Amino acid sequence: MIADTTTTARLLKVAAGADYTAHTSLIGPLPLRGSVRPGRVGPLGPIVAAAGLRGRGGGWFPFARKMEAVAAATGIRPPVVVVNGMESEPLSTKDGHLLATAPHLVMDGAALAAEAIGADRVIIAVPAAAGDRPRLGPWLDDLAAERAARGVDPVDIVVAEGPKRYLSGQETALVNWVNGGPALPTTTRPFKKGVEGRATLVSNAETFAHLGLIGRYGPKWFRAAGTRDAPGTALLTISGAVVHPGVLEVPLGIPVQEVLRAADAIPDPAAVLFGGYGGTWLAGTDAAALTIDPESMKAAGAALGPGIIHVLPRDVPGLLRTAEIARWMETQGAGQCGPCRFGLRALSADLDRALRGDIAAADRLRRRLALLPGRGGCAHPDGTARLVTSALAVFGAALPGWQDSRRQDPGSRLSGGRGSGAGSAALRSGRRGSRVRR
Amino acid sequence: MTRQLRIDFIACEGAGLCAELLPELITRDEWGYPVVTDDTVPDRLRQHARQAERLCPKLALRVGRSSLSSA
Repeated sequence: MIADTTTTARLLKVAAGADYTAHTSLIGPLPLRGSVRPGRVGPLGPIVAAAGLRGRGGGWFPFARKMEAVAAATGIRPPVVVVNGMESEPLSTKDGHLLATAPHLVMDGAALAAEAIGADRVIIAVPAAAGDRPRLGPWLDDLAAERAARGVDPVDIVVAEGPKRYLSGQETALVNWVNGGPALPTTTRPFKKGVEGRATLVSNAETFAHLGLIGRYGPKWFRAAGTRDAPGTALLTISGAVVHPGVLEVPLGIPVQEVLRAADAIPDPAAVLFGGYGGTWLAGTDAAALTIDPESMKAAGAALGPGIIHVLPRDVPGLLRTAEIARWMETQGAGQCGPCRFGLRALSADLDRALRGDIAAADRLRRRLALLPGRGGCAHPDGTARLVTSALAVFGAALPGWQDSRRQDPGSRLSGGRGSGAGSAALRSGRRGSRVRR
Repeated sequence: MTRQLRIDFIACEGAGLCAELLPELITRDEWGYPVVTDDTVPDRLRQHARQAERLCPKLALRVGRSSLSSA
């Protein structure tokens, strides 16, 4: 954990772990507000709307609007709340960290959301096998049972352990899996037709933790941190060339520079990856000028995603790192649509060839990148295309023959030449022999 | 009222009938999957769009109300 004036611990301060009594002595009991008429959002709705809470899974969608949409789509059967703790993005550890640190806060928020929309069940979804991370499912199950025995929650809280796969955290895939299907994306929107065909409120674990505090302290308190459009704090996972990798909580809107300093990143990094494997590389100088909030990121053509910041190490060429990620993303696709079945493989193959000096492959790569987004069964191809496109913009100058190929294609949307970085020399040396000239 | 093309990319198998019937709005990528060049269906193409919708072997093409006109 990073201790620094940059950080503002709200969620991470409620660190009672499994101990429910300690949890309530820290922040008080669960502030229930009474049940609601079906199809309406209870008294928590206006409070959440005033707080301006936005989903922390990467979409940053206003949570009050999501609750309204689910309530409006609710039929005869009550809706369901799903806490998405799958955290399938490899560069993110914040949800696992939060669930291990403040599990009762997440459960509190989910219970409050369930009460507000009249749901009768909360499902907390976490990965079954989490690599080197501790398995949370059975432990959370015990905590939920203890809460039930104490009569804390107005609804049942159950824990589901999903497969550890990149797309299993995608909300339609998650709901499909909870329903007994494969953990693959579908075109059915969960808010309308989710768990058992019921209207379903799915949000990231961190969103519910914020809700657990908003329900207690109100909108004004929540807005004391963050920006007007993105209030509150956010959990970030920072990795790569930093002395202190891990999870930190910061007020939204603080300079990226401060976060890099707090994690003790290498000075003047060549590039920073925001948003994860489906995210965006920015040249270090561009990254340092931004602030940590969705609007600032969007203006720079990037996205914060679920709060992921990865600093490119000096000795790793950005394009090689990107090629490695692109290959992995190819293996993680659902293979349900054309862009996933064919596009991702073509993309990583093109990038590999372009790295070996194949200029035709570099041209083909740019053409294919432009065609990939917006045509998938889910956003997986879009994310991979975004990553590779940004890599070409930031590290493109390191591609063998890139300048030649750019001269022949003045219409290219990609800007090369920026931040060629530490990798360019390493890339050019030793690969010259394979460079293809037209 | 303006109509809008929507494709269910999971259902789509790239048969390509839509691109045959609506070349003005749909082309295909190198693997045969549709690329919608313009999702707004002009009135003069509405019949063709309807036909493409009916003939898609996977029922993956939908000609729906434009989200703009309903706002």
